[in-house]
Amino acid sequence: MISQKGLRRVVIEPVTRVEGHGKVSLLLDEKNHVKQARLHIVEFRGFERFVQGRPYWEVPVLVQRLCGICPVSHHLAAAKAMDMLIGADELTPAGEKMRRLMHYGQTLQSHALHFFHLVSPDLLFGFDADPKIRNVIGLAITPKYKDLAVQGVMLRKYGQEIIKATAGKKIHGTGAVPGGINKHLSEQERDVFLEDIDQMLDWAVAALELCKSYTRDNLAKLKDFGSFPSNHLSIVREDGCMDLYDGKLRAIDADGKMIFDQVEARDYFKYIQEEVRSWSYMKFPFISKLGPREGWYRVGPLARINCCDYIDTEIAEKERKEFMALTDGKPNNITMCYHWARMIETVHAVEKIEQLLNDPDLQAGDLVTRGERRDECMGILEAPRGTLFHHYRVNEQDQVTMANLIVSTTNNNEPMNRAVQKVAADYLDGNEVTEGLLNHIEVAIRAYDPCLSCATHAIGRMPLAVELRDAHGELIDSRSKGA
Amino acid sequence: MAEEDRARRRVLVIGFGNPGRCDDGLGPVAAQAVETWGLDGVSVDADYQLTVEDSCAAAAHETVVFIDAAAEGPAPFSFRPVEGRVDLGFSSHGVEPEAVLGLAREVFGSRVEGYVLGIRGYDFDSFGERLSARAERNLAEALGFLQRRLELGELDPKRGDQEV
Repeated sequence: MISQKGLRRVVIEPVTRVEGHGKVSLLLDEKNHVKQARLHIVEFRGFERFVQGRPYWEVPVLVQRLCGICPVSHHLAAAKAMDMLIGADELTPAGEKMRRLMHYGQTLQSHALHFFHLVSPDLLFGFDADPKIRNVIGLAITPKYKDLAVQGVMLRKYGQEIIKATAGKKIHGTGAVPGGINKHLSEQERDVFLEDIDQMLDWAVAALELCKSYTRDNLAKLKDFGSFPSNHLSIVREDGCMDLYDGKLRAIDADGKMIFDQVEARDYFKYIQEEVRSWSYMKFPFISKLGPREGWYRVGPLARINCCDYIDTEIAEKERKEFMALTDGKPNNITMCYHWARMIETVHAVEKIEQLLNDPDLQAGDLVTRGERRDECMGILEAPRGTLFHHYRVNEQDQVTMANLIVSTTNNNEPMNRAVQKVAADYLDGNEVTEGLLNHIEVAIRAYDPCLSCATHAIGRMPLAVELRDAHGELIDSRSKGA
Repeated sequence: MAEEDRARRRVLVIGFGNPGRCDDGLGPVAAQAVETWGLDGVSVDADYQLTVEDSCAAAAHETVVFIDAAAEGPAPFSFRPVEGRVDLGFSSHGVEPEAVLGLAREVFGSRVEGYVLGIRGYDFDSFGERLSARAERNLAEALGFLQRRLELGELDPKRGDQEV
């Protein structure tokens, strides 16, 4: 495929079984050097229009149609926006804490799945290991790793059960409603979760230790892998503490200098803009005052650890300090450290779940509150993959007239492109699309755990495919994953 | 008979997909129908995606039938056995039936057998809790087939290896 004279394009096209898909195209010059890398990801299509005209109270349930793997994050972000709409500026203790429990359950299950199912095989077997072994079943059939595979499944299951107990059901959960929640947690439910909490914490800490040791032992290789300096963005509490459910926006630069802090959700659009580029379905958000070239930023576990001043649970805070010491207290810009940061958050989520389970507010008190009605609302939270923005306008007939969403993966659009370009430049060799190149690009993208508009799911989509074309558009090499 | 032994004799039917995205909801809609049959020894579950923890439930059963929408392939449906296997992806999206079976066998030591009932769908790009007319017809035929299989106990590997 020719796009510019003298340049050749390598296309890497992972078309998954879900609706959304990604495609990597690498533009080469005549010397076979990577001139440009573009990661194409299909973003949500038409949802903002679909929700128009629907009554606002349906939105927290409707938004779960967006994504089959992180519906809870959309459910809660929409519910937070609707809190603002109905003037519920401070939820009841039961409403606030039940939602937090749901959110930490979501964080735990998502992070556990990512680490145990996708990342640990990379770390334990190596990026270049045979894909037939480099997977979670590979762990299960390797005696020294078998326990790890079991732990991954059970941690994930625990988080999912928390979600079921707070959201009500697995599909189209209804737990969070405008102004609060629709149920308490029964003492019986609480006791079942408390019975296993110590085990969950032990497993989460052990996984963190594994990830940390691996990173330290392989730092020379990892520190430049898909890495680059960047701005970082997340919400933090008023005192700078990490808070995954609620807080105000903070952005720092690659050296830790504050760009802005304590920005309210309702003002996000004054600080964040989105750029449209002709070649991508997905927008490119940036910090307004820095502009699109300098203002792009990273979100997610790495950004959250970098942005916060401390974590309010004991083990996670100790681990945060150790993590920050790796870069002498400055922001950590090592892409592969996303995994270490993600596991600190996993431990934090379990610690938070334990705190909440021991809080009697979950069993009593008012569930819902409301105040003075507004006509515009925003909800922001830290989804497992990063900061998630929901923004709506509602008319006097209670119908949604405008919706705008900036999802976590969109926030990480520019960084993922940069990571792919860096890795491709380092590992592309001549005219051949090697298994090694595929593996390394996947490892770089995987660090961000992107969400690919996974709203639908059906048999019959293609696996990863790579095409290499010469300067005349002729196919000179191709490779399909799994072929 | 111990509870665990009884469970191991059961069939687990898992329908998966997003019922808010038209024909992608064929799996959960089918699972809902199977539940109404009230067949002895048949458990039913439904979710947006298959996930690793589904392997726990699978391991406690003798047979698992995964029901999914099919974006391509034969109409009205296909029915095929699946083997345990995992392909590593680059994002933590749902896993495949092969991975659920593989985990059930390798992590939990189960000998569970698995089949995929793929019901052909056509509309995957719209929002809405409705099936297309053609998908509705395919669903009815697939359910008729599955009900006969479950009632006759014909979900064994030798008899299930043909595509329909």
